[in-house]
Amino acid sequence: MIKYLIEKEFKQIFRNRFLPRLILGFPCITLLLMPWAANFEVKNINISIVDNDHSSCSRRLADKIVSSGYFKLIDIAENYAAALENIELDSSDVILEIPDNFESDLTVTDKGASLMISSNAVNGTKGALSASYLAGIIRDFSAELRRENPSPQSAFIPVINIIPQYRFNPNLDYKIFMVPALMVMLLTMLCGFLPALNIVGEKEAGTMEQINVTPVKKHIFILAKLIPYWVIGFFILTLGFGIAFFVYSLMPAGSFLTIYVFSSIYVLIVSGFGLVISNYSKTMQQGMFVMYFFILILILISGMFTPVNSMPWWAKIITVLNPLKYFIEVMRSVYLMGSGFTDLFIQFIALCVFAVIFNVWAVLSYSKKS
Amino acid sequence: MSIAMITAENIVKNYGSVKALCDVSFEVLKGEIFGIIGPDGSGKTTLIRILTTLLLADSGSASVDNMEIVSDYKKIRSRIGYMPGRFSLYQDLSVEENLEFFATVFNTTIKENYYLIKDIYSQLEPFKKRKAGELSGGMKQKLALSCALIHKPSVLFLDEPTTGVDPVSRKEFWVMLRRLKEQGISILVSTPYMDEAGLCDRIALMKDGKFLRIDTPDNIIDQFDDTLWAASSSRMYALLNDIREQEEVLSCFAFGDAHHVTVPKGTLNLETLEENMRAKGHSDISIKPVRAGIEDCFMALTGRGSGDAGKTDRGNADREMKSCRKDPV
Repeated sequence: MIKYLIEKEFKQIFRNRFLPRLILGFPCITLLLMPWAANFEVKNINISIVDNDHSSCSRRLADKIVSSGYFKLIDIAENYAAALENIELDSSDVILEIPDNFESDLTVTDKGASLMISSNAVNGTKGALSASYLAGIIRDFSAELRRENPSPQSAFIPVINIIPQYRFNPNLDYKIFMVPALMVMLLTMLCGFLPALNIVGEKEAGTMEQINVTPVKKHIFILAKLIPYWVIGFFILTLGFGIAFFVYSLMPAGSFLTIYVFSSIYVLIVSGFGLVISNYSKTMQQGMFVMYFFILILILISGMFTPVNSMPWWAKIITVLNPLKYFIEVMRSVYLMGSGFTDLFIQFIALCVFAVIFNVWAVLSYSKKS
Repeated sequence: MSIAMITAENIVKNYGSVKALCDVSFEVLKGEIFGIIGPDGSGKTTLIRILTTLLLADSGSASVDNMEIVSDYKKIRSRIGYMPGRFSLYQDLSVEENLEFFATVFNTTIKENYYLIKDIYSQLEPFKKRKAGELSGGMKQKLALSCALIHKPSVLFLDEPTTGVDPVSRKEFWVMLRRLKEQGISILVSTPYMDEAGLCDRIALMKDGKFLRIDTPDNIIDQFDDTLWAASSSRMYALLNDIREQEEVLSCFAFGDAHHVTVPKGTLNLETLEENMRAKGHSDISIKPVRAGIEDCFMALTGRGSGDAGKTDRGNADREMKSCRKDPV
């Protein structure tokens, strides 16, 4: 019986004009494009330089800034006011003002010079990062100058050299950070969203009622709805591994088995969650919006984009109740750090608890509604 | 012969403060076509959903094929065929796939019970590769009936099967139902069309969740003991109001191209009414005695007991009704 129901489900999925394309297109687009676009690295910062010094030294600094690759020189402004206008017009993001006598202060009189960085902080992250990049370049520059003109005083100033070592993601590549998390999002959508909407769809079309008068048992009917999407979910996950390897040369440092086991639990959670929503929804539209509401919130507070630790206390409490958070942690640690089961014990317990809660809730709300 | 296939006793169902069914009791015998006739919102669908185990009644009990609808609901589901008012087969599966699906779901095969649906399904066979969603209204309904019959049910529930179907298909549909009856299948059919009542063995007239009367169509008509006239004149709308103003008139409502006027026996005679209407300035007046139909009985039953207000009430009931004068079956 269930075999035939599943067959029917697959028939309907593949006969749908749109669904197979979505199932294949959505993961490919997400994994191929999103890591490049949804990127927190700040690049192409437009800079205006106010050079009051007009010396070889100030020009050398300007060249160094531009050659770093992070900055694009928009103009050399006459004065600070003219540069500020550029910021106001949004054609420039940051201003560097080089004072009079910059060169002579540094090399002749040796009393040191001050520079002013003004950064547009409408986008806080970008503002802060551009200022700190710029500061870094200037630090480099001053170290260079010191090497070239060793003055008697500076020889005794101890210099602390900081060489950071980035573990697990040595090049601070944001894409490597995103890809495992995006796989979580895919599983959430395919195994949570689609079966839930499918069930609400049958309700709306009235076919549910026709099924209800047949001897088909409810759990068989629901299972026959879920299994195809579980199969699709694992297919997509495997496809995701392929894309991660071929496009981003990313192989999990841990084992595939760990990922598959955790994925199975996670898939149970999201399909249970989807069922709960489908039980309370009468129409596709309603189901869709309720699902969208939760998914959006869960993704934003999952730590997928912004670290959970920097969230306010109340948001941290919500993240504890967010299954996405745990699974993203699992995916990132297995992929990047090579964690095994023993390292992920807390996540394992949390995910199991979610799976039980959502599925019990789904069963209870289902019987109540009929 | 007279084995009861459906018995319902004192079924009550409320949706919040709305009383959908108040104390409904009836029986359907083996091999009988039992019609529930009533306007939209009278509780027909609710009653059918309760009997098909899709809905729980607030109180009362019922059994189908000698099985209790609450405790034996699982067994009942394999013994009944149900065709909801809305087309509810898989629109994206083909005709053949739908039939096969429902056969499998009921643990049977098309071959096993093909004889039962042969007449109906043979008309669909040329289109069996077509998707159900692309069929015409009449064909969809034939497919739905085939799917409801494929497991050889002992009782068939049809919820407004002919609503929105063209006159020719409606006629064919009733012919099919009579054939199924000959196979010994009991059929419970609901319809808002009064003219289909005469095709049932017995009917129940339903309004506001109550059965007004259960009897054979002929008996119901025979029990109409008022005088009934069909009246027409050159100004029909004015005529309707003028006749309603006559003290003796129980009811008057538009019925096809004439007004049906009900007066208690012996209170007003035809000539007097005609005279009164002429006095009101009507011309081309024609008033003839007619034999009552089910609709007249329904109007009389729904209006009775509400005194003068009955005149306007009947007018409302008339508007609720889907009259199908133009295409009598």
